[in-house]
Amino acid sequence: MEKKITGKVYVLGDNVDTDQIIPAEYLVYSTSNPEELKKYGHFALSSVPVEKAGLPNGNVPFIKGDNYESEFNVIVGGTNFGCGSSREHAPLAMQVAGVKVVIAESYARIFFRNSVDGGFLIPYVCKEKLNDKINTGDVIEVDVEANQLINHTDNKTWALIPLGDVFEIVEAGGLFQYARTSGMI
Amino acid sequence: MKEMLDMGMTITEKIFAASSKREKVIPGENLWLDVDVLMTHDVCGPPTFEIWKKEFGDKAKIWDKNKLVVFPDHYIFTKNEHANRNVKILREFAASYDLPNYYDAGTDRYKGVCHIALAQEGYNIPGTVLIGTDSHTCTSGAFGMFSTGVGNTDAAFILGTGKIWEKVPESMKFTFTGTMPAYLTAKDLILQILGDITTDGATYRAMEFDGNAIGSLNMYERMTLTNMAIEAGGMNGIIAVDGTTRKFLAEAGVTEYEIFNSDPDAIYHSKYSYDVSKLEPVVAKPHSPDNRDTVRNVAGTKITKCYIGSCTGGKITDFRYAAKVLLGEKVKVTTFIVPASITIAKQLEEETILGISLKEIFQNAGCIIAESSCAACLGGPSDTIGRSVDGDVVISTTNRNFPGRMGSKSSQVYLASPLTVAASAVKGVITDPREFFI
Repeated sequence: MEKKITGKVYVLGDNVDTDQIIPAEYLVYSTSNPEELKKYGHFALSSVPVEKAGLPNGNVPFIKGDNYESEFNVIVGGTNFGCGSSREHAPLAMQVAGVKVVIAESYARIFFRNSVDGGFLIPYVCKEKLNDKINTGDVIEVDVEANQLINHTDNKTWALIPLGDVFEIVEAGGLFQYARTSGMI
Repeated sequence: MKEMLDMGMTITEKIFAASSKREKVIPGENLWLDVDVLMTHDVCGPPTFEIWKKEFGDKAKIWDKNKLVVFPDHYIFTKNEHANRNVKILREFAASYDLPNYYDAGTDRYKGVCHIALAQEGYNIPGTVLIGTDSHTCTSGAFGMFSTGVGNTDAAFILGTGKIWEKVPESMKFTFTGTMPAYLTAKDLILQILGDITTDGATYRAMEFDGNAIGSLNMYERMTLTNMAIEAGGMNGIIAVDGTTRKFLAEAGVTEYEIFNSDPDAIYHSKYSYDVSKLEPVVAKPHSPDNRDTVRNVAGTKITKCYIGSCTGGKITDFRYAAKVLLGEKVKVTTFIVPASITIAKQLEEETILGISLKEIFQNAGCIIAESSCAACLGGPSDTIGRSVDGDVVISTTNRNFPGRMGSKSSQVYLASPLTVAASAVKGVITDPREFFI
């Protein structure tokens, strides 16, 4: 696990559901074929309504043109991030696109589990609402040891809630790695 | 903490205790549960099997073949080669591991939508733990069991170990009393709740339904309630076993099971009470299942499509409701009838109103009857029947109306009961079903 993640942030609203993160029609692609896997990155966040795509102004494409990687590697969202279906393709698509950490006010249970157990990204919860205090394109640093977010664009620092029970799984890199480390499998 | 140890437990807590071999569990603690059934389908099965093979390597062994149930159901009637490849992967996996509970598409073993098939094929067993790679796995909770959805990694872990870590959820109780009016269905009840508590009002919690109005519902209507627990973020929905449950189970060949009931002094996160005689038909407006309004308030909204189908709204009870309204009528907009399972499709031919089969009622009304699968509930490949297109305004008995959920991002979806959808189909605009009950 990277202790410090630095990059550009992409800001979203409340209730970003898994159909917005990766529409169901693309779930037919193989998750193990390297070429098909790129499709997941290419279509990541493709169904977010344009006015909410990259707040505060919207209309910021997460993926440009034919790319499968995004220029943004940190997502800041609102409440109930990842609600909806159980598709693990959602955190996978974000990982393929280059996202390393999501910071939201709250998560839907299955998305949170999938992010942790699959080792796709770190799902942090912020102490206070941040998607109205950080702008898409801001350059930020997430410090996993200090549990804080530093916005280099406006030099503000925000506290994140420690990962708690799931820290060991996140640190191990996912459920299987955790189970092997702890001798369970 | 000590106080909580002395208090009673909810049904969900009792099942967690039994499955983790503990006397007592407390909400918030993480436990390892023994899984009784793992269910998967064509969208999440292939990646689940891949992860299982990769992670366990040479040691990969299915923990218990009899406990693995595989229903292809999502993308079945499509020419999409990638979708068809997924079903082929399931087929080959089932063949190479000699799986007893694989229900192949294109054969007479095909069943249709997994959550309904689980009930009809006898996999829903009170007191047990059923985990599925689909968020609507919570449907099975109507049978007094713990059921919830997970992703592929968790499923792959279960496939090899039979175990899952889970946090004991706090429980919320929803009590419905009174006599259900003829114009009201379970769909109206759950949309009512969603409007009250919103799409994250039950996140990480159990939603327990009780009261005499719940007791008056048949199993399929109860499944509509537990099915949409996930729409409030719920970990699971649950309804205690009663005579109605026992009768359904006996018909499905399930005779041995353990019944759990919540203790009178069990602790709840919150309690909600509703008198069903005071409720009225409701919809969820675009683009969220909690965007509730009364049908009355949106009546007259022009629609382009009606859709009656899915694990939520494609059960025999949903079609009985719809047929009552559509008998002798003609639909004014394209209306899709998608029975959730093969068994239900057969029932449409067998059940009659005034001597006319439900299927004929729908055909005479001008509806399009599709084959059993998840179909356009979740959009699906571009050739999926009923898929929404740009500019569509759909009224649907399904479960989600997120942007793009049923296909086009620029379509709008209203969620409603089968009575409301059928009434709207007849008028071509959103219509209160009470107009048909006077």
